[in-house]
Amino acid sequence: MSIPTHLKYSKSHEWVKSEADGTVTVGITHHAQELLGDMVFIELPEVGRVLKQKEECAVAESVKAAADVYSPISGEVTAVNSPLVDEPGKINEDAYSAWLFKLKPSNTAELDGLMDATAYNELVENEDH
Amino acid sequence: MLKMTPLNQTHRDMNAKMVDFGGWDMPLHYGSQLDEHHKVRQDAGMFDVSHMLPVDIKGDNVRDFLRRLVANNVDKLTLPGKALYSCMLTPQAGIIDDLIIYFLSETWFRIVVNAGTADKDVAWMLKKRDEWAPDLEITPRRDLAMVAVQGPNARAKVWQVIPNSQSATEELKQFQSAVVGQYFIARTGYTGEDGFEIILPAADAPAFWKALYAAGVAPAGLGARDTLRLEAGMNLYGQDMDETKNPLESGLAWTVDLKSERDFIGKQALSDTVVTHQLVGLVLVDRGVLRSHQQVAGQKDDVEYSGEITSGGFSPTMNQSIALARVPTQITIGDEVNVIVRDKKLRAKVVKYPFVRNGKVLV
Repeated sequence: MSIPTHLKYSKSHEWVKSEADGTVTVGITHHAQELLGDMVFIELPEVGRVLKQKEECAVAESVKAAADVYSPISGEVTAVNSPLVDEPGKINEDAYSAWLFKLKPSNTAELDGLMDATAYNELVENEDH
Repeated sequence: MLKMTPLNQTHRDMNAKMVDFGGWDMPLHYGSQLDEHHKVRQDAGMFDVSHMLPVDIKGDNVRDFLRRLVANNVDKLTLPGKALYSCMLTPQAGIIDDLIIYFLSETWFRIVVNAGTADKDVAWMLKKRDEWAPDLEITPRRDLAMVAVQGPNARAKVWQVIPNSQSATEELKQFQSAVVGQYFIARTGYTGEDGFEIILPAADAPAFWKALYAAGVAPAGLGARDTLRLEAGMNLYGQDMDETKNPLESGLAWTVDLKSERDFIGKQALSDTVVTHQLVGLVLVDRGVLRSHQQVAGQKDDVEYSGEITSGGFSPTMNQSIALARVPTQITIGDEVNVIVRDKKLRAKVVKYPFVRNGKVLV
C-alpha cells in the first residue's frame, strides 16, 4: 500500500494530518497495523488532556501484542474517535481513515520535524531489511 | 538457520506471514488471524503441525515400557487405534512434555510430542530405553508431515479428499485413529472442535494441503491455533506448564493415574505433593487484554493472594479477553480477582474452563 503524501509521520509510526481549522488528526500507520495484526482493543486519551511530544497517550492492542501510541507533537486533545473502541478492526481495514484523536498544537514548529511520505517510506523499508 | 516443514513453500505461495516459532519457520496467519479463527469454529480450517514429531516405538513389550515412562496409564488403551493424552515427568514430577500416545498394536505405539521439546523428549526416551528395554526400537519420524483439519465440517471435507477414508473413519470416536493407505487419521485436535489430525509422508503433504484448500478448507496459522486452544482450555507446553510445574498444579490431574499399582517416573514425588496452586480460567470484566505473565493479586477473606497468568489473550468467539492463570487454591470458581494490566488493576471473573467447545460459549 502506498504511503499518503498529504500526511506527516513520526518514527513511532503515527500519522499526522493538518486540518484547515488548525488542529491535527492522529492515527497509526498502515505499516504499524500490519506489524501488529488484527486489532482487538483501543484505549484513547481523555479530551482536554495536555500532551507533550512523544508522550504515551493511547494503547493499541492486537491479537498478538500491545503497542503504545505516542503523541507526535505537543498539544491539547480536542476530540477522540470513540466509535473506534467498539470496532478496532477499522484500523486494519483503513489505517488512514481510522483516526485516534485530534490535537490543538501548542508548538506548530514540531510539525516541521516530522517525516514526509518519502522519508517514512525509507524508514519502513529499512526496518523490513 | 530456521527449520522448515514440508509445507514451507506452500505457505509462502499462499502469502502466509511467516514467523520464527521456536526455531521453526511457521505461518502466523494468511491475512487475518481472526477470520481463520472463526472459519475453524464455523466451518473448517487446516494447520500445518509438521513441526511436531511422531516417534514410533516398536518391539516386544512396548506397553510395559510406557507404563513406567508416562503419568497416564496406557492400560486404558485396549482398542487398537485408541489414543491417550499424558504427561511425561521428571523424577521430581516436573513436566518434560505433554504428548499423545497412539496404540497401534502390542508391538507398535506411536507418540506425538511437541516441537520445542522433541530433542530432549527423544533423548529421555532413549535413555530410559537403554536402562529398561534395550531391545525396543525408538524412531523419530521426521519423514512424516502432520496436518490438523478442524471445524464442524472438517471431517466431511477430509472424506472428499482422501479416497475411501469415510468408511474407515466415520465410526471413529474422539481419540480414536485409523490407517487409510498412507494416511494415519486420528480424531483428535487442539481447537475444541471436531476434526482430524492426519499424519502422512512428507512428500505428499503439499498436494494434500492444496486438495483440502480446493475442497474449501481455510489455511490457518499459529495465531489462530493459539486463540482456539486457549478458548478450548488446552494447555500450551512452555507457557502453562514446564519442568518446574507438576500436572496437579497445571489442570492436568485428570491425566495422572495414581491409583493403579504400577510405578512410573514422578509417581512418588506426585504422591508426596501438597497442592498449593491450581490452573483456573479468567474472563476479564473490565476493558483490556489479558496477557501471559501479568500478575493476579488481591485479598480474599483477609488473606493476600498472588498468581500469574500463564496464557492470556483476546477470545474472538466471546469478543472479550480470557486467560488461564495459576493461582493459590484459596481462589474458587466465581471469585472476582484483580489482574495488574499496564499498572492498572482490572477485574476478572474466575471460571471453570474450557471457555468454548464445539462452537458454543460455556462460561
